[in-house]
Amino acid sequence: MQQHTQPQGGRPHIDRRLFLTGAAGATIVVLSGAIFHPAEAWALETKNLKPETMRTLIKMARDIYPHDRLADKFYAVAVKGYDEKAADAALRSTIESAVAELDAMAKTAYSAAYANVGWEWERTRLLEKIAATPFFQSLRGGLVVSLYNQPEVWPAFGYEGESASKGGYINRGFNDIAWL
Amino acid sequence: MAGKFDQNDASVVVVVGSGAGGGTLATELALKGVKVVCLEAGGRHEIEDFINDEWASFSQLAWTDMRTTSGSWRVARDFANLPAWIVKAVGGSTTHWAGASLRFQDHEWKARTTYGELAGASLLDWPIDSAEMAPWYTKAEDRMGVTRTHGIAGLPGNNNYKVLEAGAKKLGYKEVSTGRMAINSAARDGRGACQQIGFCFQGCKSGAKWSTLYAEIPKGEATNNLEVRPNSYVVRIEHDASGKVTGVVYFDKEGREQRQKARIVAVAGNSIESPRLLLNSASNMFPQGLANSSGQVGRNYMRHMTGSVYGVFQKPVKMWRGTTMAGIVSDEARHDPKRGFVGGYELETLSIGLPFMAAFLDPGGWGRSFTSAMDGYENMAGMWIVGEDMPRADNRVTLSNARDKHGYPVANVHFDDHPNDVAMRSHAYNVGAAIYEAVGATRTFPTTPYPSTHNLGTNRMSENARDGVVNRWGQTHDVKNLFVSDGSQFTTGAAENPTLTIVALALRQADYIVNQMSKNVI
Ligand SMILES: Cc1cc2nc3c(=O)[nH]c(=O)nc-3n(C[C@H](O)[C@H](O)[C@H](O)COP(=O)(O)OP(=O)(O)OC[C@H]3O[C@@H](n4cnc5c(N)ncnc54)[C@H](O)[C@@H]3O)c2cc1C
Ligand code: SF4
Repeated sequence: MQQHTQPQGGRPHIDRRLFLTGAAGATIVVLSGAIFHPAEAWALETKNLKPETMRTLIKMARDIYPHDRLADKFYAVAVKGYDEKAADAALRSTIESAVAELDAMAKTAYSAAYANVGWEWERTRLLEKIAATPFFQSLRGGLVVSLYNQPEVWPAFGYEGESASKGGYINRGFNDIAWL
Repeated sequence: MAGKFDQNDASVVVVVGSGAGGGTLATELALKGVKVVCLEAGGRHEIEDFINDEWASFSQLAWTDMRTTSGSWRVARDFANLPAWIVKAVGGSTTHWAGASLRFQDHEWKARTTYGELAGASLLDWPIDSAEMAPWYTKAEDRMGVTRTHGIAGLPGNNNYKVLEAGAKKLGYKEVSTGRMAINSAARDGRGACQQIGFCFQGCKSGAKWSTLYAEIPKGEATNNLEVRPNSYVVRIEHDASGKVTGVVYFDKEGREQRQKARIVAVAGNSIESPRLLLNSASNMFPQGLANSSGQVGRNYMRHMTGSVYGVFQKPVKMWRGTTMAGIVSDEARHDPKRGFVGGYELETLSIGLPFMAAFLDPGGWGRSFTSAMDGYENMAGMWIVGEDMPRADNRVTLSNARDKHGYPVANVHFDDHPNDVAMRSHAYNVGAAIYEAVGATRTFPTTPYPSTHNLGTNRMSENARDGVVNRWGQTHDVKNLFVSDGSQFTTGAAENPTLTIVALALRQADYIVNQMSKNVI
């Protein structure tokens, strides 16, 4: 992640204002143009999208491809490109209004913004309602590559990636299955 | 563009495409003393350039120029502009291919006679048979170093194979092995043995796998009779007033229009581009497209009845380790209509990496059902189904309304499964799942066909000129000095992976061309 900065002093300093933004209980908090992840010790500044919107995109990314073994930062990396792309005004308004609409649906159904709805199945129900929209389709389609093509996530799935430089698997267990 | 041969040299044979068909034909002609210019749309990437990374390799090698799709096949929905997963590079799809090299079964040369008339299918017998092809298969196997032929040892089985083998044997299947693979099990022909790298689809970095890129073309070039011109995108074939072809128009890397004269033109751009080129070469004399008096150019597009089955087990398999496709069960390849369909299918091991698994396991899928499957990746085994699909007149490549950057219409690929394909696929899904369940799979996935890797039939071979585009030699019925040299010649597809047959046909065609040239007939 290029844009995330490691907060000073190892553990992040959590300002009182963070709690005042109403983010108590949420893992990602929003503060003056950026989102912070205290537990994972990273932050992400947004240039074009509202930080709240970026937080929602990250949540949506996890709900679309939920892997409990993957930290939030991988989902953040997977969607942060949208902030760059949102330099384009038309795209920015598409994203902002789609997320606003999703939040409105969430408030009607669960009295909370999307990212604060408690259960994954509740959020998934909302996503199902927008699954046919071009916005959802392109978010989901993009994630297939932007999430699963991060070499850093591969170990969580056991996938070993490149092997030619290590001499292949001829001496490294190509036929080591023992349980059959 | 200054090359070895002059663009006005009208004595050369021009081969369009450098893959299994074109690369083999060009090399064989050169070895026989014929001057050849092979024009290849893609760039030249050598072994050291190959990348062990699925998407990066895809961007490097795959054909991603615009194509469009139509029809009820799921690929048209999920990958609307990617009907086929094939290559645009010197070596063609033999850089990506997995190496499975099987002969047709005898009856498969005579599908119409064996299977009878099938509603909605345009079945036809090949004008050649297994006896005629046997020596050419022998030559092709030797050339490609196919394991389990010519005394070449089989490859060792990897983890993915061991799971397949154990499951298949439990179900009583007998024809189970690591298959006939054009991959060196020991050093041969100046290339080393398979290192079990596991990225066969991304270009073999050890060179153990046969590819025209490094196992054929350099031999042709060493004769000084072959010039391969990369980044040369052929858009039109030209002819004279007598109807003989005289050369081709192509665009070079800088986007400049170029012409290469020719005594003979052989088209081998794979089964989507080859018919497109003939259709785009329409003229006053040939208003329906070149070599298309039958109206068959582009029709009878086949892609094999395919699909995959992945199974998740309680313990790790690590299927990505080692040779991608060295494992086969052939018992279901026979023709046995009692199963509810004609023709048969092979089951072959298959592994794709995590990035491609995400894209292809269930395109469009999301949520826990999808991600829990992905979470089982390390414990997965995989197999690919490849069976005979039925040719249909309306499954076809036509010219689309969309145009390429040079202004030529791109190909549209239309495909609808025949009911026989659907019945065969559902049988194969059940067998595949049963194989894995027999050794403890807790969950299996019937995975939809990928964009087509086997593209066949769009310039089919026929005895009668009215039924197809080329004769028994791959020579077009309409134009004597125009040949088709790739998988688009296939009259029917058989159950076997096509490349060995494409290579055998190209070697046989080279013989014929030299013979006809020496008699001055062409
Ligand atoms: C991932 C994968 C795995 C496979 N595994 C197997 C396997 O195990 N066994 C098997 O038998 N087969 C396999 N295949 C299929 C095999 O690769 C093809 O059947 C075979 O390569 C087709 O040969 P071809 O000559 O028809 O076309 P290709 O090998 O695709 O060559 C066509 C060439 O023509 C070029 N071209 C196209 N149009 C033009 C133009 N207008 N001007 C200039 N050049 C042009 C293309 O760029 C390309 O390089 C696999 C394919 C893929 C993609
Ligand atoms: S597994 Fe063997 S054939 Fe496949 S890429 Fe590796 S060395 Fe080449």
